[in-house]
Amino acid sequence: MMEPAAYLLLSGILFGIGVVGVVARKNALIILMSVEIMLNGVNVAFIAVGSHLGDVTGSVFAFMVMTVAAAEAAVGLAILIAIYRLKETIDITELNVLKW
Amino acid sequence: MSPIPIDAAALLTGLRCILPEILVVATAIFVLFVDLMIPEENKRILCGISLIGVVISLFSVFLLGPARISGFSGAVVHDGLGAFFEIVILAACALTLLMATGYSEWEGTHKGEFYSLLLLSTSGMMFMAKGTDLMTVFLGLETLSIPIYVLVGFHRHRMSSIEGALKYFLLGAFASGFFLYGVALMYAATGTTKIPALAAMLLDARLAANPVFLAGVGLLLVGLAFKVSLVPFHMWTPDAYEGAPTVVTAFMSAAVKAAAFAALIRVLLLTFGGLQPVMWKVLWALSVLTMTVGNLSALLQDNVKRMLAYSSIAHAGYVLVGLVSGDFLGGQAALFYLLVYAFMNIGAFGVVILIAQKEDEGYDIRNLAGIGFKYPALGAFLTLFLVSLGGIPPTAGFVGKFYLFSAAVKNGYIWLAVLGVLNSAASIYYYLRLVVYMYMVPAEGEMPVPRPSRLAFSAALFASGAAVLLLGIFPGSALDLAARSVLSLLM
Repeated sequence: MMEPAAYLLLSGILFGIGVVGVVARKNALIILMSVEIMLNGVNVAFIAVGSHLGDVTGSVFAFMVMTVAAAEAAVGLAILIAIYRLKETIDITELNVLKW
Repeated sequence: MSPIPIDAAALLTGLRCILPEILVVATAIFVLFVDLMIPEENKRILCGISLIGVVISLFSVFLLGPARISGFSGAVVHDGLGAFFEIVILAACALTLLMATGYSEWEGTHKGEFYSLLLLSTSGMMFMAKGTDLMTVFLGLETLSIPIYVLVGFHRHRMSSIEGALKYFLLGAFASGFFLYGVALMYAATGTTKIPALAAMLLDARLAANPVFLAGVGLLLVGLAFKVSLVPFHMWTPDAYEGAPTVVTAFMSAAVKAAAFAALIRVLLLTFGGLQPVMWKVLWALSVLTMTVGNLSALLQDNVKRMLAYSSIAHAGYVLVGLVSGDFLGGQAALFYLLVYAFMNIGAFGVVILIAQKEDEGYDIRNLAGIGFKYPALGAFLTLFLVSLGGIPPTAGFVGKFYLFSAAVKNGYIWLAVLGVLNSAASIYYYLRLVVYMYMVPAEGEMPVPRPSRLAFSAALFASGAAVLLLGIFPGSALDLAARSVLSLLM
């Protein structure tokens, strides 16, 4: 059984890539994908710790995260399609109806 | 491993524990079915069905009482705190539904999915308030958020609505990621996600100094801070609140905030006693920052809806004042304030809905000019709610703020209370500015005609107004209830 430290490092790297993607990219679709990478980083951490401890909570949590991520992606893509129909772009810097 | 036998008695206890949630979810599904069967012109009854479901659920909360029922291996618990927040959330939902009767007619949201999503979101909030496992809290958080993303973008042909939805969705999903990574790190450090178990383990000082655990706590706080819109995690709030259909804005500002604060209160009061020496500094800074930025931004707004959005950010800061000390008094004050805030904020948005024009237009402050004398009832209601939001006696807002700040003073956070009172004074400027427009600025040219109020809509405004006044003059029993709820948590 490998120590979870390596897996935790991997999960940290995945999470970091996701965060950078959300902050740096302008395309809403890429941002959505970056969020998914963050969530997968979380899953890696949960499963690694769970199997290291011999505890099912980690695996169960990973399933819950996947389910929620799927629901979130469905709603997110629907919103993106609705935006594209109105504006023909999903660049978030072009969305500026609401501002003070 | 041997198969786990199903324990019928435990299952029944569990079901009893989540009875109010079951009722709300069942209503949501029932509404969807009825939606299929009735013709377009009768969609109005869906709102009535939803309202009945919510009222029955509220009744079941009172039936279960404040007794502690733990269900599903300690994943959810029905205790005083859960019951208190269920009352706040269900009351907010009921008021929203009453207002939706009128709003849906004017803006065309008499649709099965509108009410169904509203109810599902309500059920998520209730689970969040009752979750004693971080997994339940997370699932509740998502069950409340995902329908709200859809509701914010419900007018999908309006750019403002859908843009608010996208911004809320992207930042909300981002925040969920932080929340989850926080939970994962706490799980890595302790091997459990149950809040009471975490609380017991935190008595060990070594854990409280473990960097992985501390990072987890920090990320968890960031995730929750997004939901209650604390500065600097508030960027989505004004956009989402302005873009959303106004009834949804009212619902979000009251109920989502209450649910997220419920989880925050449970986690903070129960778990982080061992972290208090560090935690109070973080919360102190967040609270002062939130109050100040929220109020200063609200001062500059000419759009009433956006101004109320910034004011709701500032109010999250006031509630946080009660949590800085992490003790009983502050918790009681925070609970009471969240109850009061739900009524006064939904009421204020309700009046704003009536004054607005077709397509959610006309939230500019100049539209209020001259309303006060021409439509005295509307003017009086808006004045009452604004006065309460500003914290002027004899309204409930005053009592709430008084308890929050006096709890801070009693615990020795004098500067926090001083900054809170200064902020409160600044906020009175922009609340009263609306009142001045209503009563003292003459209307230019054609005056916009408010929408004719429906019976249900008036009932919602009367109920909110009565609650604001009653809680302001006789706060005793509500304060007792809040005190018992916090005590049930600490015992």
